[in-house]
Amino acid sequence: MWRDDLRGIYFIALKDLKTYYLKPPSISWGIVFPLSWILAFYLRNPQNFEQLVPGLIGMTILFSTTAAEAVVINFELRLGSLERLLLTPLSLPAVLLGKVIGGAVFGLLMTVTVTIASILALGLYNVNILYLALVTVPSLLVFSSLGALLCVLVKEVFEAQTLLNLPRFIMVFLCGVVYPISAMPQILQTIAYLMPLTYTIDGLRRAFTLSQDMTVLIDASVLVVFFTVFIFPAIKLLDRRFE
Amino acid sequence: MGKIIEVRDLTKSYGEILAVDRISFEVNEGETFGFLGPNGAGKTTTIRMLTGLSKPTAGTARILGYDVESEAVKAKKRVGVVPEASNLYDELSASDNLMFMAQLYGVPRGMRREKVEELLKTFGLYERRNHLFGTFSRGMRRALTIASALTHDPKILFLDEPTVGLDVLAVRSLHNLIGNLHQQGVTIFLTTHYLEEADHLCDRIAILVKGKILRIDTPEALKSSAEEGSIIDVSFKSTPSKLVEDLSGILPELKIIATSQNNIRIYGGSPADVLEKVLHHAKSSSILIDSVNSVKPSLEDAFIKTTGLSPIIMAAEKGGGRR
Repeated sequence: MWRDDLRGIYFIALKDLKTYYLKPPSISWGIVFPLSWILAFYLRNPQNFEQLVPGLIGMTILFSTTAAEAVVINFELRLGSLERLLLTPLSLPAVLLGKVIGGAVFGLLMTVTVTIASILALGLYNVNILYLALVTVPSLLVFSSLGALLCVLVKEVFEAQTLLNLPRFIMVFLCGVVYPISAMPQILQTIAYLMPLTYTIDGLRRAFTLSQDMTVLIDASVLVVFFTVFIFPAIKLLDRRFE
Repeated sequence: MGKIIEVRDLTKSYGEILAVDRISFEVNEGETFGFLGPNGAGKTTTIRMLTGLSKPTAGTARILGYDVESEAVKAKKRVGVVPEASNLYDELSASDNLMFMAQLYGVPRGMRREKVEELLKTFGLYERRNHLFGTFSRGMRRALTIASALTHDPKILFLDEPTVGLDVLAVRSLHNLIGNLHQQGVTIFLTTHYLEEADHLCDRIAILVKGKILRIDTPEALKSSAEEGSIIDVSFKSTPSKLVEDLSGILPELKIIATSQNNIRIYGGSPADVLEKVLHHAKSSSILIDSVNSVKPSLEDAFIKTTGLSPIIMAAEKGGGRR
C-alpha cells in the first residue's frame, strides 16, 4: 500500500507542477512579488543589501509555495477532480501529500533560482549549503501545508486566498524579513516566535553568516513541528469533506 | 456466476436525513446491474459508499470479497468509477489524462502507452489524443471519462448517470460502448433515472426510492408484473388542471397518472368500462380527446406500479428530460 501511495504522491505532484504551478500567475506570485518588495527596501536604503537576502529567500519560499496551493485543492474539489484522485487506490493522506509536495517542489525551483541569482549578483559565496538545505526543505513543506490547511478550512477558492493573505503579511512584517525581531516590542517578539517564517529567516541568516552554532538544527526541528501541526488537521478536515 | 458485489443492510445518514436505508443486494459477475430511481433516491450515495468515497453509517458491502471500509484500497484497484461529472483535467490532453490515470492505478510503465492508445482507439478519440480535454464536446468528455476508468482493466465498472446531458447520438454511442464492455465480461453497475436506458442496458434492475430498494428483478419480469389489468393511454387536446383528481373520483379503484401535460395513463379495470366513463367525463366537462390507446406494459409502467411515482418526476430530474 505504501508503494502505491509513494507512486501516487510522485505523479500527483508532477501533474500539479505541469497543470498549475509552472504558469505565469504562480511564477509571478512566487518570484516577482518578493523581488519587488525587497527592491522597494533596496531603493530606500541601498547599503547592506546582502542583509536582505535571507528575507528575500524566505519570502520566495512563503509566496511561491502558497501561491497556488491555497487554490488547487478547492478548485479540484469544485471540479470533482480531487474526488477522482480519491477513487484511485491511494489513501487520502497520500493525495493531500502529493498536492503539498507539488507546491513545495515548485517553491524549491523558485527558491533555488532566487538564491543562485542573489549569490551570483552580490558575490555571497560564503554560504553554508547544508544549513541552507536544512532550513529550506522543511520551510517549503511548512508553507505548502499551511496553504493546504487554509484551503480545506474554507469552501470557496477566493476565500482561501483572502484567508491566506492574513498570516502571509503578518509574517512578512513580524518574522524578521526586513526588521530584526530583537528591535521589536516584547509582545511582537512573542508573536513572532509563534510563526514559522521566524525560524526560516533565522536559519537562512545563519546559513549566510556561516554561523557555527547548532541553532539552525533547532530552527529545522521547529519547522518540522509546524509541518505536522498544519498537515494533520488538513488531512482530517479534507477527510470530513467526504463524510 | 459468483457474487462480485455483496451488500447487506447498507445505511447512510447525514444527521437526521436518511439517504440510504438498510439496502441489501448482490451483483453477479459479468452482469449489468442498474439502480433506477429519481433524484435523491440514494443512487449516488450508494455508489460513493461502494467505491470507498463515503463511509457507511451501518451495514456492510463487499467488492470482490473486499470490505469497502477496511480493505478499500484493495477493492479500488479492481474497480473503475465514472462519476456523474466528467471531471478529468481540462489543462491536460486526452492522452495525458489517460496516462495520469494509468500511473495512479499502477499500470506497469512498459504497458501504459500501449493501453492509453488502445483506449483512445476504442473510444474513437485517437485523432484527438493531443487535444486538451477542455476543448472536448460533452459526448467526447464523457467517453474519455469512461476510458479513464478502464486504464487498469477493472473487473467492475461503476457508472453514475452515464448519459445525463448528452445528445441522442452521444447516448447511442455510449450505450454501444457499455454494451461492448458487458460483452467483454466487465461487470457493470450503473445508476440512471432514464427508464429506457435501464431497460436497454441492464440484466437486472433495482428500483430505489427514498433510500429504499422497492424491488429487484430483470426488466422482463418487472414488465410482466405490470401486465395484470389493462393500461389505457388517453391524450387530450387540452387538459384542465384537476383532470387526474376528477377521474380518480370517478374511477376510485384504478391508478391514474399524468404521463405528460396532455396525457394520462389509466391502470387496471375493464377497458370498455374505463373508456365509457372517461368519454362521459370528457363530454360533460367539454374536454376534447385527441386519441385513446391500449398499451403494452413498459418498464415505465412497472416503475409506476412499484413506486406509485409519476414518470414526470423522473423526467424532471437533472434537466435531462425524457428520451
